[in-house]
Amino acid sequence: MLTIHYFASVREAVERSEEQLELPENVANIGDLIEHLLLLHPHFEAVFHNDLNILIAVNQTVVDKSQALEPGDEIAFFPPMTGG
Amino acid sequence: MISVQSEDFSLEQEYQKLRTEAGDVGAIVTFTGIVRELYGGTGDKRVATKTDTLYLEHYPGMTETSLANIVDAAQKKWPLLAVRVIHRVGELKPQEQIVFVGTASGHRQDAFDAAQYIMDFLKSRAPFWKKQSSGKDSHWVDARVSDAEALARWQDS
Repeated sequence: MLTIHYFASVREAVERSEEQLELPENVANIGDLIEHLLLLHPHFEAVFHNDLNILIAVNQTVVDKSQALEPGDEIAFFPPMTGG
Repeated sequence: MISVQSEDFSLEQEYQKLRTEAGDVGAIVTFTGIVRELYGGTGDKRVATKTDTLYLEHYPGMTETSLANIVDAAQKKWPLLAVRVIHRVGELKPQEQIVFVGTASGHRQDAFDAAQYIMDFLKSRAPFWKKQSSGKDSHWVDARVSDAEALARWQDS
């Protein structure tokens, strides 16, 4: 099972803050997961196909799309941080 | 050492805690960030808008981990006797305190540099997001190029 979190403007655009799904067999890395999510939720297109401003974290560390995935991973998609 | 909280904080209390924890300290630098009333007016031809509220979202767990990593990195670079970081989350009004960084060291330059380093990394690496509301309008605050530039200056050091 994967847990996926969405934050801030990404959360609003995808209209959910969290979802869980079984790691599909054809999903080896984050790039594959994004393609899978686009099939499941066509409205993610607006967010993920203009992905210059999307950051990805796996198990709470920022990674790129080539990051390999394992069952149990915690994934998060969010815009650049604006704290402080 | 690190707190992510909705409550306000007392500069005086945090300063005294740093002083006590640091022991034989020579310099304490404290930085307090405050919510501005006007956002977005400078530089890029945008008109400043008046903020009614600022909403701070964060990624529980990753926020604390990333702040701890930033503080660890600062402690490796400078001989720090104590460090305190507080970031508030939730809904804030203009002129409320939003962030606190305190560094204690034997000498002022280390305390100044470490405080600036922690703030620079906090702004671009800790998962906080600001949403500004003005009247009926609200929008997520864009990351600033100047924040990325502030980080770049530490890359050679």
